[in-house]
Amino acid sequence: MSTVREPATDETLEQDVPDGRWARLLRGNTLWTFLVLVVLAIGFSVAAPLAFATPFNVRNILADSSILLVLAIGMTYVIVSAGIDLSVGSVLVFSGVIAANVMVSMGGVTAGWGGIALGTLAGLAAGFAWGVLNGVLVTKARVPPLIATLGTLGMALGLAQVITGGSDVSRVPSRLSNLIGYGLALGQVPWLAIVAALITVVFALILAFTRFGRHTYATGSNAEAARRVGIAVDRHLIKVYALSGTLAGAAGVLSLARFSTTTIAGHAFDNLSAIAGVVIGGASLFGGVGTIAGTVIGVLIPGVLRNGLIILGAQRFWLDVAVGAVLVLAVMFDQVRRRARERE
Amino acid sequence: MEPLLEARGIVKRYGHVYALREAAFSAYPGEVVALVGDNGAGKSTLVKTLSGALTPDAGEIRLEGTPLRLTGPLDAQRHGIETVYQDLALAPDLDAAANLYLGRELPRSGPLGMLGVLDRNEMRRRAVDTFGDLGIRLPDVAAPVRRLSGGQRQCVAVARAVVWASKVVFMDEPTAALGVVQRRQVLDLIRRVRDGGVTVVLISHNMPEVLAVADRVEVLRLGRRVARFTAADTSVEELVAAMTGGIEQEDAA
Ligand SMILES: Nc1ncnc2c1ncn2[C@@H]1O[C@H](COP(=O)(O)OP(=O)(O)O)[C@@H](O)[C@H]1O
Ligand SMILES: [Mg+2]
Repeated sequence: MSTVREPATDETLEQDVPDGRWARLLRGNTLWTFLVLVVLAIGFSVAAPLAFATPFNVRNILADSSILLVLAIGMTYVIVSAGIDLSVGSVLVFSGVIAANVMVSMGGVTAGWGGIALGTLAGLAAGFAWGVLNGVLVTKARVPPLIATLGTLGMALGLAQVITGGSDVSRVPSRLSNLIGYGLALGQVPWLAIVAALITVVFALILAFTRFGRHTYATGSNAEAARRVGIAVDRHLIKVYALSGTLAGAAGVLSLARFSTTTIAGHAFDNLSAIAGVVIGGASLFGGVGTIAGTVIGVLIPGVLRNGLIILGAQRFWLDVAVGAVLVLAVMFDQVRRRARERE
Repeated sequence: MEPLLEARGIVKRYGHVYALREAAFSAYPGEVVALVGDNGAGKSTLVKTLSGALTPDAGEIRLEGTPLRLTGPLDAQRHGIETVYQDLALAPDLDAAANLYLGRELPRSGPLGMLGVLDRNEMRRRAVDTFGDLGIRLPDVAAPVRRLSGGQRQCVAVARAVVWASKVVFMDEPTAALGVVQRRQVLDLIRRVRDGGVTVVLISHNMPEVLAVADRVEVLRLGRRVARFTAADTSVEELVAAMTGGIEQEDAA
C-alpha cells in the first residue's frame, strides 16, 4: 500500500507556488473582468474612433466614475465582511448638505480654503456618524444589514431634506468647484479622479496587506471562526460600516465640488450602482471574497458602457437595460465558474 | 504522576437538563487520552468547560495542580490550551497560512508593521515549515482552504491548534466527517503532536480508532465519568460495556 512514496512535502509546496499563482489568476475574477473592460473599450474605439478614445472623453468617463468609485470602495469592505450598505447614497446627500451649510456659513461662494476644509471635515464626520450608527444597529441591535441600512437610507435622506427644507444648497465655494470639480492636474487629469485614485490606492493596500483587511475577510468568511480566535468581530464590523459612511461623506464633498450644489434628488440609485460595481468586480455577497482592483474595474465597466452607448446615440433608457444585463451576466458567469471549480 | 489537567465535580445544567453531573476528568502530560461515551453523555459539554467556552455551574479545574478559572477560550489559549471544534472553525476563503495565523497575524517589522501591515511571506514560510513538521501535505498552501479536501481542512484546523498549544489540545470528533485515508492522516497527526510533548484529548465514536491512537481512555455516561482504562489493557467490548452501563468502576468518579 505504502510502497509508492509521495514526494516530500516541501518540494510539492515549492513547486506549486508559481504554478498556483498563475492558475489562481486565471481562475480568479479580476483578469476576466479586466478583459471585458478592454474589449468594451476597443469595441467603442472602433465604432466611434473620433468621439470615444479622445482625451476629452476619457476624462469624462474618469470624472463621471470617480464619485461612484469612492462609494464602491467602502461598499467593497462592507460586502467582503458579508454585509451590505444601502444607505451610501443618502449618507452622501446628508454629508453634502452638512458640508455645504458649513461652507456657506464660512463665506459661501467666496469661502476660502479654511472654510472648505472645515466643511469637508464636517461632511466626513457626518458620514462617519451614520456609518457608526449602521454598524451599531447591525452588531449590537442585531438588525440585519439590509434592514438597518434601509432604515438609515430613509433617515439620512429625510433629515437632509428637513435641514434644507427640501431645496438644494447651491452656494458652494467656487474655489472648491474650480479646483476639485473641474480642475485638471497638469492640464490633463481631472483632480476629481486623482482624489478618487488616492482613496482607492490607500484602501486597496489596507484591504490587501494589513491586519484590518485580513480580519475583514475572516469576518465575512466565517464570523464564528473569527470570534473563536479572538477577533473582536462586532467592533470590527462597526469600523467597516464607519469606513463606508466616512467614504460616503467624502463622496458627498466630491459631489459638491463637481455639481456646485447638493443634488439631493440625484442619488437614489447610488447604492445599487455601487453594489453592482463591487459584484461585477468579483466580490461575493456571501462575504469573504472581493478586491479593490476588481471593484475599480466593476465600476468602470458600466461607466464605459454608458458613455459608449451615449456616443453611439443609444436612447437614454437603453443604458439602464444594458448596465442591468451586465450585472446579471457577470454574476451568472461567476456562478458557472464557481460550480466548475467546486466540481474540480 | 500528577495530572496535567484535572477536573472534579463539574456540573453543567441547561434548564432542566443536566449535561454534566459532577463529572471528573484527568489528562496526564504527553499522552493521548480518549474521552468516549454515548451520544448525549456530555463529552462536548465537558470539553467546552475545560477549554473555556462554557462556564460550569459547579466544580473545580486544576492545571498543573493550580486551580484554574477560565473566562473564555482566549483565556484558555493563554494557558496553552487549544481546541479543535466539532464544526470546523476555519475561514474557508482564506488560505491555509492565513488560517494558521488567524487572530495572531505576524506584523512586518518597522514602521509598516506599526501601520498594521502583515508579514505575509514570513507567515507563509513558517506555515510551510509547520505543515512539513506535522507531515501535512497540501496541494497549495496559497489556495483558499475551501478548495482543500475535508481531510486536508481538518489537518489545517488541527495544525492551528497544535501550533499554539503548549500544554493541551482538545479535539472534538476530528475524524467524524472523514473518509478512511483522511482519517488515518489525522490520526497520524495526533500521534505526532503527542510525540512533540503536547497532551491530546480526543473525542471519538470510533472504538477501534480510539484503541489505535489513545494511551488511556476515560468513559463518560449520563454526565459522569464511569470508568478509566489503559488502552493497551482494554477492548472494544469493555469500552462499549462501560459506555452503556454494564461496567462501573467505583474509583472512577
Ligand atoms: N446548548 C444546549 N442547550 C440545551 N441542552 C444541551 C445543549 N448542549 C448540550 N445539551 C444537552 O446536554 C447533554 C450532553 O450533550 P453533549 O455534551 O453535546 O453530549 P455528547 O457530545 O457526548 O454527545 C445532552 O442531553 C444535550 O441534549
Ligand atoms: Mg458532541
